[in-house]
Amino acid sequence: MKNQTALEVHNLTASYQRKPVLWEIDFKVPSGHLIGILGPNGSGKTTLLRNIMNLMEADSGYVKIFGKDLDEVRSRLSYVPQRESVDWNFPASVREVVEMGRYRPGNLLRRLKSSDKQKVKASLEKVGMLAYADRQISELSGGQQQRVFIARSLAQEADIYLMDEPFVGVDAATEEAILSILSGLRDEGKTVLIVHHDLQSAYQYFDWMILLNTRLIAAGPKEAVFNSTHLREAYGGKLNLLSKLGEIIAREQFPLREPDFKEKEGSGDE
Amino acid sequence: MEAFFIIATGALVAMTCALLGSFLLLRKMAMLGDAISHAVLPGIVLAFMISGSRDNFIMLIGASLAGLLVTLLIELLHKKIHLQEDASIGISFTWLFAIGVILISAYTEQVDLDQDCVLYGEIAYVPFDLIYFSGGQLFFPRATIISGLLFLLTLGFVLVAYKGLKITSFNSDYAKSLGISTLAWHLVFMSMVSVTTVLSFEIVGAILIVALLVVPPATAYLLTKRLKQMLVLALIFAVLSAIGGYYLAVFLDASIAGAMVSFAGFFFLLALIFSRLRARSLKVDAYLKE
Repeated sequence: MKNQTALEVHNLTASYQRKPVLWEIDFKVPSGHLIGILGPNGSGKTTLLRNIMNLMEADSGYVKIFGKDLDEVRSRLSYVPQRESVDWNFPASVREVVEMGRYRPGNLLRRLKSSDKQKVKASLEKVGMLAYADRQISELSGGQQQRVFIARSLAQEADIYLMDEPFVGVDAATEEAILSILSGLRDEGKTVLIVHHDLQSAYQYFDWMILLNTRLIAAGPKEAVFNSTHLREAYGGKLNLLSKLGEIIAREQFPLREPDFKEKEGSGDE
Repeated sequence: MEAFFIIATGALVAMTCALLGSFLLLRKMAMLGDAISHAVLPGIVLAFMISGSRDNFIMLIGASLAGLLVTLLIELLHKKIHLQEDASIGISFTWLFAIGVILISAYTEQVDLDQDCVLYGEIAYVPFDLIYFSGGQLFFPRATIISGLLFLLTLGFVLVAYKGLKITSFNSDYAKSLGISTLAWHLVFMSMVSVTTVLSFEIVGAILIVALLVVPPATAYLLTKRLKQMLVLALIFAVLSAIGGYYLAVFLDASIAGAMVSFAGFFFLLALIFSRLRARSLKVDAYLKE
């Protein structure tokens, strides 16, 4: 099933209060890849995800998933919103939040089946949070909160995963754990799209990239996208970034690193 | 017997408000109760003008429609026009309330809509409006029956809709991504709040409904981080406020509804002190462990 078209975005234009945030975005994503959605702040990364999930109305254009409309294949998609978008003081346990991954419009008024509970347990185990299942979510660290969100998404057993900044504000151990889970999904033939803003780690994390700055700059295998022309086009004008860019591009020209060499200086957003 | 009926009625209204108010609080919409309790006025007046009767059922329909209208209006201003939510609430309900005031003053001079009754309720008169069963052997106050049915309806709703209320309150975007119609859930929930507000209106009054929607749930929220416990605690504080409030009012010879809310406020204060002390002792524990 690899390299079948998982997601097609066609001429998508979207705006907030008449100010365009996405302008005629057009690309196709093959299945079985770990894909980074990159671009400077305000470049429309989150808006793109929200449009794919139909959480806001587009001005024009459409999105097809496996060639179909969202409503026909909704169960094959899973969305992970930004961690900060919810109130973690909400009175709920870790298990209760992950159980939401098994909620469907059709079973909201019924109890969850034991098979659902089993899947919840397996998802908690995968992210290493089973021991914390009965913990209240207000007592979790940022990294643990993100693991809970990932577990909830895994419990959906989808084919396409859309995640908004899953690496923001998490510790190094969690970052590595999440990345290995996502790579595992990719190896199973699932498609994972990640909104990411840290260029330094992007090249080693993803194998496919979508580079945005309101318009689509480039989309394709990372080797074709991640070059100085494209990056300058996306980030150009932001002078403080240019020196950083030079550094990254210079590194890119010397790809002869030991494969398991991990660059961990500067975890990205702090 | 009169004391029992007054306390029972107050407790039933307070418990209904506690259940719905807990979810209002978690949806960060505590003041929507305030908005609805004011916005139902034009609905009530219009229902009266169209039907020409003071039939409770017709008024209830008018008020519920007005409650839904203000909910939709707030959604529209907030989500589509991108006005801040608090501003959307402030504009919508004052506007509808003002229309209600104009309708009353311009067209219905002859109606006896008692302002005191609307604001403070008449819970003290509950035992005088009786409904008789089985040939006059058995009788209950009308308000007790209404508030009892309302509580059962609300309890049933919360039990059946528990998962939906939980997910749409915690993470509505995620619920939407699962295909759950968050707008439908919101409207159904707000209809329950509207109906409750209208039915409780003449028992405890508009202002005190707002207090009952907010204070017992906020008290419970301070004491627990579990949703089920929060709902149960809110119910307990609602009942205790009704009992304590009644005897305080008798002792002071003062407004019963006012005393009930004062008691609710008193419990909130205790919970606040308790949760502060607990937070401090937890911090000390953590410090000592290190």
